[in-house]
Amino acid sequence: MLRFTFRRLLQIIPVLWIIITATFFMIRFVPGGPFTAEKAVTPEILRNLEAHYGLDKPLYRQYFDYMGSLLRGDLGPSFKYPNRTVNEIIGDKLPTSLELGFISLAVALVLGITLGTLAAVKRNTWLDYVCSSSAMIGICVPTFVLGPLFVLTFAIHFQWLNASGWYGPSDRILPCLTLGCVYAAYIARLTRGGMLEVLNQDYIRTARAKGAGELRVVFKHAMRGGLLPVISFLGPGIAGILTGSFVIETIFQIPGLGREFVNSAFNRDYTLVLGTVILYATLIVVLNLVVDIVQIWLNPKLKFE
Amino acid sequence: MVSLSPSPDRIPPAVVTPEQIETGHSLWHDAWSRLRKNKLAVFGGVTLIILGLLCGIGPFFTQSYQTQNLDLGATPPSAAHWLGTDTLGRDLFSRILFGGRISILVGLVATFVALAIGVTYGAVSGFFGGKLDAFMMRIVDIMYALPFTIFVILLMVFFGRNIFLLFFAIGAVEWLTMARIVRGQIMTIKKMEYIEAARALGLGKRRIIFRHMIPNILGPIIVYTTLTIPAVMLLEAFLSFLGLGVQPPMSSWGVLIKDGAEKMEEFWWLLVFPGGVFSLTLFSLNFLGDGLRDALDVRSSKD
Repeated sequence: MLRFTFRRLLQIIPVLWIIITATFFMIRFVPGGPFTAEKAVTPEILRNLEAHYGLDKPLYRQYFDYMGSLLRGDLGPSFKYPNRTVNEIIGDKLPTSLELGFISLAVALVLGITLGTLAAVKRNTWLDYVCSSSAMIGICVPTFVLGPLFVLTFAIHFQWLNASGWYGPSDRILPCLTLGCVYAAYIARLTRGGMLEVLNQDYIRTARAKGAGELRVVFKHAMRGGLLPVISFLGPGIAGILTGSFVIETIFQIPGLGREFVNSAFNRDYTLVLGTVILYATLIVVLNLVVDIVQIWLNPKLKFE
Repeated sequence: MVSLSPSPDRIPPAVVTPEQIETGHSLWHDAWSRLRKNKLAVFGGVTLIILGLLCGIGPFFTQSYQTQNLDLGATPPSAAHWLGTDTLGRDLFSRILFGGRISILVGLVATFVALAIGVTYGAVSGFFGGKLDAFMMRIVDIMYALPFTIFVILLMVFFGRNIFLLFFAIGAVEWLTMARIVRGQIMTIKKMEYIEAARALGLGKRRIIFRHMIPNILGPIIVYTTLTIPAVMLLEAFLSFLGLGVQPPMSSWGVLIKDGAEKMEEFWWLLVFPGGVFSLTLFSLNFLGDGLRDALDVRSSKD
């Protein structure tokens, strides 16, 4: 177990290195720099700007400089926000995105597992059909349709909630529900499938034969095995929630890192794009590793595959 | 030929011996009859055919999607404009049909790209096995963990929002699952006798893979292709919603939804109808894919 964790940790390093290097060179080879989009600057000013940000050095020097400061945890200055560093901007915006992501994930897990378990336990009853078809609807209505529809219904028509912004607790409801719903739907389907498989097994019959109550059988005995597919979905699910937040933050005008990333890409703010990509990549790769480890911890059979 | 009916307009039935009737149930025949019994899958299939026809030939009969009528402006659904008009007075129904063409085109082409990469990669990995297989699958594992949506966004931003780039960028992201499935299938049929026979005949590896193995694993390939199309269309709409996908004057369902979401406060129909049609399409594709999976009896496990 420890060796496995260690080996996977070591694998992360080359993966992250490839991502960083690929992104670095990709954005340097594209036409147009951060200063070309703005109103024409005189060649002297352009030279000064480039010298200030080190863009006049040969590319390989820029690369080594960047990697060097990255190792010290410094993501460099932003090209578009004068006098602000990428670290500051990320530190400013990331907490909002993380909050959005975590609440949405919680919504997805609670809603998905509840619906999926209900559907599995009451298999082939009307309850199962209701849960299963609402899961299908959740999968097929994309966030960028669901979000505006929620706004239309709850903010514009009923005027219960704000259409946008990120101030009070009530502003969390619509964005997190929108982002959580899609993944709740996937989780519900996986839970139903996993629980159905487990509920037919001998050890569940044994538990029932011992006289364990239905609730105890479902929650104590069946869930541990039945939720394995959900755990393995968490890796892609978390990645999806992180990238899904780009759209959610745009719809609900949330000042998070996702919107900042899309804007910085449009603005060709090299350092900010690079910093955000590195951050997202690290988050996703590390969280995937955590999911893998939890999975093996719960299901030792996987260790031998 | 016991009782040949004399009516001349009917083609006489071919000579059929009892043996042939019994062996006539091929895998595909069985699958087809199972699929027909699945109401949701049939619903999905029929809806897709109707939508495909509407988007394919509809624009020839409706009003031009570009005709502007600024005096008219945005009007709610009416007899003249079934789904209303947008702020420039353009007929929403024809815009949805026209946008559908692009969305479906992106869905099909990008899926084809993903299919080509995934099948080849998976087949090579599964066929050769050993160290090469371990290496190739390790790469797939690692790529699964990468934030690919972010890369597609970067590609679209930096290299211009070109529709051909869109096909390849999306296709290059969605091939991973297909590669895993094909590899697993190839591994299971690799040891079968007919492959052995093909080898004994001295056929080349490429010929064995593409002429003898792939036709025999078409079932899973078809199922996952059907399930890849909605994923691809979703990604296209996602990018278009962020302003990174299909660019004006072309439009796609994602673009229409984006426009609708911006104007929904006053003109709800601009959001509801494109969103509804898009969701319906995803529904149908998913139902059809699920139905095909059951009909062709493809195990849902990914290996």
